[in-house]
Amino acid sequence: MQIVGIGLIATFLTLVLKEHQPVVAFLLVIFVGASIFIFLIGKIQQVIETLEKIAANAHLNMVYVETILKIVGVAYIAEFGVQIARDAGQGALASKLELAGKVLILVMAIPIITAIIQAVLGLMPR
Amino acid sequence: MSLDVNTIFQIAGIGIIVAMIQTVLKQMGKDDWSQWVTLIGFVVILYMVASLIGNLFDKIKDVFLFNG
Repeated sequence: MQIVGIGLIATFLTLVLKEHQPVVAFLLVIFVGASIFIFLIGKIQQVIETLEKIAANAHLNMVYVETILKIVGVAYIAEFGVQIARDAGQGALASKLELAGKVLILVMAIPIITAIIQAVLGLMPR
Repeated sequence: MSLDVNTIFQIAGIGIIVAMIQTVLKQMGKDDWSQWVTLIGFVVILYMVASLIGNLFDKIKDVFLFNG
């Protein structure tokens, strides 16, 4: 409810500011995006804690869970940056950011991939 | 949550004030002053947004266990 209210207020204010000060309007949009995201972080925290508890008592190896969490974090931040860059009209910059996000996620996923491959190789009869 | 609404109105207020000052100064013919005012307004807003984004990234760091 509050989020929608704030989002609407922000859109109206940006419209007003658009003709006079496009820069300020753009900063306002970033500000609102960030504040909504901060509002959500609290909720995400609870979800992650429950996930960790489940993983813990399922005796999963915590390294994997942590890397997965990090990958989700990187994806969030990269998406945040890409949307803002695209909103400002910088399509090229947005795609660069997206590429950077993907590469970072790949780098983090390497240990998991190697673990999976070893597991599969272990299963194969020699 | 109420903090956000105040700061949003502050930012919008600064933007509108800067726009008004610019038109007033243009009539009075002092154009260089209006540039200064827009710059100052812009820096203030940038500072607000930067501090909020810094705060946001810190929160993300400890939520997603970013120890790297």
